[in-house]
Amino acid sequence: MRGLTAGYGGLAVVRDVDLRVAAGEAVALLGRNGAGKTTTLLTIAGALPIRSGSIAVDGRPAAGLPSYRIARLGLSLIPQGRRIFPALSVEENLTLGARRGAVVGTVQELFPVLAERARVFGSNLSGGEQQMLAIGRALMTQPRLLLMDEPSEGLAPQVVRQIGELVGRLRRERDLSILIAEQNLALALAVADRVYVLERGEVVHEGTAAAFGEDRALQRRYLGV
Amino acid sequence: MDVLNLAHGSFYMLGAYAAFAVVSKTGNFWLALLLGPLSVGLIGGLMELLLFRRLYQRGHLAQVLLSFGFTLVFVDLVRSGFGPRTYGIAPPPGLGGAFHVAGASFTKYDVFILGVSVLVALVLLVAWRLLKVGAVLRAGVSDKEMVGLLGIDLGLVFTLTFAFGAALAGLGGVVAAPFVAIYPAMDDNVLILALVVVVLGGLGSIEGALAGSLLIGLAFSFGTFYLQEFSIAIVFALMAAVLVLRPRGLFGIRQ
Repeated sequence: MRGLTAGYGGLAVVRDVDLRVAAGEAVALLGRNGAGKTTTLLTIAGALPIRSGSIAVDGRPAAGLPSYRIARLGLSLIPQGRRIFPALSVEENLTLGARRGAVVGTVQELFPVLAERARVFGSNLSGGEQQMLAIGRALMTQPRLLLMDEPSEGLAPQVVRQIGELVGRLRRERDLSILIAEQNLALALAVADRVYVLERGEVVHEGTAAAFGEDRALQRRYLGV
Repeated sequence: MDVLNLAHGSFYMLGAYAAFAVVSKTGNFWLALLLGPLSVGLIGGLMELLLFRRLYQRGHLAQVLLSFGFTLVFVDLVRSGFGPRTYGIAPPPGLGGAFHVAGASFTKYDVFILGVSVLVALVLLVAWRLLKVGAVLRAGVSDKEMVGLLGIDLGLVFTLTFAFGAALAGLGGVVAAPFVAIYPAMDDNVLILALVVVVLGGLGSIEGALAGSLLIGLAFSFGTFYLQEFSIAIVFALMAAVLVLRPRGLFGIRQ
């Protein structure tokens, strides 16, 4: 995407943002609270209108399309707070967006707990189970690019580690590209090849994850860690 | 769906007039039972496609105003087409007459209505709980945006659901036509009762609407029998009591 400007109402939350995720690449979107990470992801997925700029998926223009059309281009967002459907069972949550012969069994193999709790309503899951369900639900749409918004939020460190390992596995086995917005620097750096840092809605740093991981001064300056 | 549509009384009225028109032209009630819901559903679908979908962003007040405007338009259309007089149609052949069970008398048509009601309730419950379309709608009740993010064209789902709802109200009108008076303001009473049923049962819940309709139907019937002057008051008192004790209604989802 190039020169993306977007926001809510009269307010531009992100301004003139350029982002690129190559096929098979994992990219982290870093930045403090309110830097515009969630807005960026929601805009790419078509849930927020674009003011200006362009977005392309595999070279096909996606800017201005409704979210369901963008999803069908092979892009799936795992939103902040997971947004599991409470009135649907685990299995219904999974099959809702299933496409092109996606099989619940494959996801259940990845997350055995989702098979055990197939008939449980979404509202009765723990935070970790909800996150697994959210990832599984996104995978059922057979995406090629996965957008993950704060997957570590509110989860125990052990579950966060599991998610990190899982993302690595998905990249290897499914050739998925990943764009992950994270406050948890350890998770982001474990997962990503490259990083972008957002500050007040603008990209202020771009580089490899390895270099950013070693540069404590850079981390302090942009993230305050 | 989080859409407030006050035109369902009108759809019911249109169904009843469709029944009258078809029966007086062809004498075939069963044809009316097919054509009535179909044509009313088509009208509902067009209303959604052309007007309602532009108002979802603007909240309930705009939807109330638009749909209330439609109720006035439909009443005037019916009045200009059929005049202000009251019509009635006979039950279809074979369903006229009454029979007695244990000292009480029932018309055959009562039993037919009961059968249709149970059938519609079953179809709705199965679709709502077991079919994909039900899952999409239950998901949409709580988070429309997320449904779209999963690649589902909610606009299409909304149009079809709106049309289906209109068709059901039209079916109600056709089925009611042989035992009610068909006149231009017949939509009012039904609309108010339907609103009470839905609020009492809980918004966004088919089970709630079923439970609410049984409760209100019984309260209204017993009220009419024992305390005729208060039958409407009893219905509203019931709704008020439920809302005080349980603001989201009997089966409504937590907001």
